[in-house]
Formats: sequence, C-alpha cells, structure tokens
Amino acid sequence: MLESIWFVLWGVLWIIYFVLDGFDLGLGALMPALAKNDQEKRIIYNSMGPFWDGNEVWLITAGGVTFAAFPGTYAVMFSSLYSALMLLLFALILRGVSFELRGKVDSPAWKSIWDICLFVGSFAPALLLGVAFANIFAGIPIDKDGVYHGTLFTLLNPYGLAGGLLFLVMFCVHGALWLVIKSGGDIGQDLNQRAQAMAAKLWYAELVLAVVFLIATWFATDLYNNYLAMPLMFVVPLLAVASLLGIRFMMAKGAWVKAWVSSAVFIASAALFGVLGLYPRLLPSSLDPAASMTISNSASSPLTLKIMLGVALVMVPVVIIYQAWVYKHFSHKIHAEDLAYEEAY
Amino acid sequence: MDVLMLSRLQFAAATFFHFLFVPLTLGLSILVAIMETKYVRSGDEEYKRMAKFWGKLFLINFAVGVVTGITLEFQFGTNWSRYSAYVGDIFGSLLAVEATVAFFLESTFLAVWVFGWKRLSPKAHAACIWLVAIASNVSAYWILAANSFMQNPVGYVIRNGRAELDDFLAIITQKWAVLEFLHTVSGAYVLAAFFVMGISAWHLLRNNETRFFKNSFRYAAVMALIFSVFLAINGDFSGKEVAEKQPAKLAAMESHWDTVKGAPMYLLAWPDPENERNSIEAIPVPGALSFLAFGTFDAEVKGLKDFPKEDRPPVLLSFISFRVMVGLGTLFIFLAAWAWLKRKDPQASPLLMRLLPWIIPLPYLANEMGWTLAEVGRQPWIVYGLMRTADAVSPIAVSQVGTTLVAFILVYGLLGLAAFFLLFKYARKGPEPLRVASAAPAGKEVAHA
Repeated sequence: MLESIWFVLWGVLWIIYFVLDGFDLGLGALMPALAKNDQEKRIIYNSMGPFWDGNEVWLITAGGVTFAAFPGTYAVMFSSLYSALMLLLFALILRGVSFELRGKVDSPAWKSIWDICLFVGSFAPALLLGVAFANIFAGIPIDKDGVYHGTLFTLLNPYGLAGGLLFLVMFCVHGALWLVIKSGGDIGQDLNQRAQAMAAKLWYAELVLAVVFLIATWFATDLYNNYLAMPLMFVVPLLAVASLLGIRFMMAKGAWVKAWVSSAVFIASAALFGVLGLYPRLLPSSLDPAASMTISNSASSPLTLKIMLGVALVMVPVVIIYQAWVYKHFSHKIHAEDLAYEEAY
Repeated sequence: MDVLMLSRLQFAAATFFHFLFVPLTLGLSILVAIMETKYVRSGDEEYKRMAKFWGKLFLINFAVGVVTGITLEFQFGTNWSRYSAYVGDIFGSLLAVEATVAFFLESTFLAVWVFGWKRLSPKAHAACIWLVAIASNVSAYWILAANSFMQNPVGYVIRNGRAELDDFLAIITQKWAVLEFLHTVSGAYVLAAFFVMGISAWHLLRNNETRFFKNSFRYAAVMALIFSVFLAINGDFSGKEVAEKQPAKLAAMESHWDTVKGAPMYLLAWPDPENERNSIEAIPVPGALSFLAFGTFDAEVKGLKDFPKEDRPPVLLSFISFRVMVGLGTLFIFLAAWAWLKRKDPQASPLLMRLLPWIIPLPYLANEMGWTLAEVGRQPWIVYGLMRTADAVSPIAVSQVGTTLVAFILVYGLLGLAAFFLLFKYARKGPEPLRVASAAPAGKEVAHA
C-alpha cells in the first residue's frame, strides 16, 4: 500500500516537472525560430525569468524521490541510462547559466554563445526526456543483476524517438503558448504574433505525434494491459485527447491562458497515461519480465517511506502554494520597463 | 584506468568544482541579507547599493553553483549505483528532504528577490534574501547530514541485504553531523568574508567609493574574525571526533606510523608511505598529538602500521590537505584580527589593503583541502566501515565514464573561466552610481496600462 502511494507520488512529481519546466524548455528550443532581434530574445529570457529555476527544482525532487523511495530503481535506471542522463545534465548546466551570464558582457558574440546554450540546453532535454520515458514504458535490456545490456543507441529505437519527438513538440506548444501570454505588452507585438502562429502550426504536429504514439504504444509496450484490466482508467487517455482538442479550441477563441492550461492538462494526462500503464513496475526489463524493477523489489523500508510521506505531504503543498504565489505575482506581460529593469536578464 | 578510478576522478572533479561556488553562496547570502536589512531599517540608499553590488556577484556565483549541484545528485545513480541501492534507504531520503524543504525555497525566492526590487515592499524584498540565506544553510545541513552518514554511519540496520533506516533522528542529530555542519558553514563564512574584504580593500586602495567599501569591509571583518576563531575551536572538536570514530584517518592526516602513548606532533614532517615512515621528522612537540586527539598528553594514538594495508587511506594526500587547511586556518585568524582592528579606518593600513586582495584565493584552497581530507581520508570506504568504495561503483563501461570525465573537465573548465572572469570584471567595476530614480519610494506595485 505504502509502495503504491509512493508510486503515485513518484509519477505526480515527474508530471509536475514536465508541466512546469516543459514550457521553458519548449520556449528555449523555439527561441531561434521565434526571436528576430536582441529585444525579442530578451523578452523570451525574461518571460521565463522568475520561474525557470524553481521549475527545475522539480526535476531534482523527482530524482531525489526516486532515490529515496525506490533506491533499487534509481540505481538501475540512472546507471542504465548513463549516457542519456549525462547529456541531459550537461544540457541543463549550459542552459541554466545562460540566463545569468548572457547579459553580463555587452558583446553580440558573447550573447550568441549563451543563446546557443539556451537553445541546445532546452532542445536536448525535451527530446531526451521523451526518449528516456518512452524507453522506460517499453522496457530496456536489463538483467537480473540490474546490468544494462545496451548503449545510448539502443534507446534511439523508433518508439523511443517517437516519444522524444512527442515531448519536444508538446513542450514547444506549451512554450509558445506561454510566450503568447507573456509577450505583446507595449513591446514585442510581432513576437507575440509569431508565437501564436507557431503554436497553431505545431499543434497539428502535436496531434499527429500523439496519435502515432498512442498507437505505437499498443505495439511496442504492454501499458494497455492495465487499462484493459480496469477500463475505467481509459478516462486518462480520453482526458489527454480532450485536452489536446481543448488547446486548439481555446487558441481559436484567442483564450491563451486557457489554451496554456489545456496544454498543461494534456502533458499531465499524457504522462499519467504512461505511468499508470507501468504500475507496478518502475523500469520494465525487455530481456526478462522477472528482472523488471518494481515497487516491491526496489522500494525503501516502510519506515523510510512513512517518514518521507510525511515530509512530502507537508512540503509539496507548501511549495506549490508559494510557487503559485510567484506565478501570480509575475504573470504580467513583459513591458519595455521590465527590460530596462536593472536586474532583468 | 578502470571504471572505479575514472568514477572517483569524475566525482572528485564534479564536487571540487561545485564547492568552488557553494561557500560564497552560503556566506555572501547572509552578508547581503544583513546589508539589505540595514537599508530597510535606516532607509539609507547606500546599503541598498551594497546589497545590489554584492548581490550581483552573489548571483553570478550562485548560477554556476546551482547547475553543478544537480549533476552531483544524479551521479550517485549513474556512477555509484551499487552504493545507491545499498544505502539509498537512508542517503536518498536525506537528499530528497533537502530538495523539498530547502532547495525549492532557495531557488524560488532568489528569483523573487532578483525580479522583485520594484514589485515588493522593501520589507518583503529583504525577507526574500533572508529566506534564500536560511534555505541555503538549511540545505547544507541536510547534505552534510548525508555526508556524515558516510563518515560515521549511525541509525541503521542491515536488513534485506542493505542498510535500512532504523533511527532517523539519530542520523540527523548525530554529533558528527552537527560538527561537520558547523565546520563547513564557518569555513564558508570565512571565505565570503575574505572575498568581501579583498574586493573592498582593492577599491579602498584606489579611493573608489570609500564610504561604500569601508562599510562593506566593516561587516566582513567582523564576520571573518568571529568565524575564523570559531573554526579553530570547532576544528579541535572535529579532530577529537575523527580520533574516536575514524582512527585510520587521524593516523593518515598526521602521518603517524607507530602506535605509542604520549604521541608527539612534529611541526616539520614529510611522509614516506612506501617505507612506512616519515622521511622528515623535526621539531617535536611532546604529547601534542595525544592531547589534540584525546585531550590528555599520555593517551595512546594508534599508528598506521596497526591498520591492515587495505584499510589505510592515502597518507600523502590526507597529510598535505590537513596541514594546508590548518596552516591557512591559523593565518586567517591573524589576518581577520588585523582587519578587525583596522575596521573603522582600513585605509590607514595600506599594507593590509594591498595584501587582502591576494588572500581571496586562500580560503577557497582551505575549503577544498578540508573536503580532500574528509573524503580521501575516509578511503578505502565509501561508508566508513560498512561499504568499500570499490564495491560501490556502477556496472558501466570504461568508455562511458572516460567520455563524461573529459566532458566534465572541458565544460566545467570553460564554465569556471567564464564565471571567474565575470566575478573579476564586476568586482573591479564597483557599484553602480546612485540613480535618482531609485530614490523614489519603492514598494508599490507598478501598475501597467
């Protein structure tokens, strides 16, 4: 029971991470396509300014909770996905510093270095997270001792790549919608128009990829078994479809905040679809079902799970409350005076 | 080289680099918070400029510190998976608590502090930097409690083939953790204080912004003196704790080979590990080692020869790191006392002003040496007495670790260059001139059309 609660919490933490960091990863990946000049780039940087770091802590927490609640899975998953994870980390490092360092030297060459870091550091994690999770859904070649029999390229199979592309496009739509909300004050109207057009265009790609991924999941994984065993759970993929259509509907109405919320619900339900299909496994083995990492063979002791549950049930809502306050306080459109602000990126 | 050695080098490179930025974060956040509080209380714009100037240096430093911290948490899984599986029940939970309790707070409110100068009332804004300062120090406590479990495992039982949690409170309140935390944060405060004094001295020597830098200097001098003295006292307690809990580390850091009662300390010594002796041993202080380790001059101190060879830490590295750390720590007390005496009119002592900028790197060195001693001196154990480092490494390919090690060195090297270049640039540039606009009453929400 305790393990199952932690499985759900584990999924929820990853989902919050995808929803929150998703928009700023997507926006970073879209920056070269959207921004035509330095002012527009700065609008993009500052639209993520007060949020991106707090968002990224959800990744630390999701990783930390994997470690705390399912140390066996943490050990096998992170060592198996070694190269992919290291790429992800290097990307996030370069991305993270680009916010702070970019504006610190008044030279176009210096700035373009960090713009490239932001782009690569956003594009690669979006893609890699999708590749990693698709492979987790499908299972990876691990043996009974938790030793991985594959390479980085093993992960780049068609299903893994489909997952990567879906994440990338999903995050890009999420990011474009965020930019529509945050731009177009007294400056950046062109950027705002471009972001609107981009979101509308990418939505079709998102739709196609989502359908492809749902169908491919039937053939490449056994996630649907849980759903067939308990058909009520089909609510989750249905919610994903509904929210995906909701994005389009809200965009057509020009209700950008609602479109962004729909996008958040889509990301959450798409990820939840995969997580629920995994249960009770956290990392299936494609070599031998008995070698899969599950909640029962990789969980922490009941005492640790209880203490951590107490911490999580108190602290996660507190974090959500103060982060919500930050979002509310800094949700305004970026104006010229925001860019003139001494501390702005 | 094998996966073990490469993974050790990689972890060492990643932690050492990370720890170039952590101490300044821990110490400077407090100084900035104090400066901003003074601004809120007095309304004197000078203190706001101080908070902003030192805050800018803080932010450049923080950016690199925070991104290099992320890789550490993940490296336990990527490179030390057997360790993670064996002690994750305890170690993982401490890291997870750190993230939820402290790291969120730190990251979220730092952003509010950066973007909130005009959007928050001065009081609320100052509260943000206090939250950052407190959260980063609380964060340090959890991380150091986790490290203390590696140094001196308590509160666990071996069950189901792994170390499982038995007493959570024992782990987070053990003496080792408290001492290690106090030692680490005091070392960090000393570093931050010498950083501020060094930069202030550089400007005072040039008569730039004298009021601004005299005030900064005064705060830093007080901090430097309090914590450099405290470090020495705490260091004595820590040494006794090491003597009791990790006798092999004590013997290695003192290069003490033979078990004797009333062990002396040689002011000049040089280890010769191959022949299990010291090639130089001069100026003995009789009974000093016994006294420092156990509080009595005739106590027996176990020598390295009485530990099986496979249980001995690397002697030379432990010895050097310990001596450098203690030597620098002693130097800091004298320098801090000197600076404190001159705190009201530091410019009256041009020699001190010329010296202090050159001192800035030394606390960095001392901090890194402290960690070298803590971690190298714990070898061959990853968890002292419980798990050997050699048994902890992931079953991964040499080529994988080799590639990432090179990548770490390249990326971190460039990042370090960029960060220190910027710190240098902005430190030299000095504070922004007082802007008339910023004298307008702050605090009201800026309304948008």
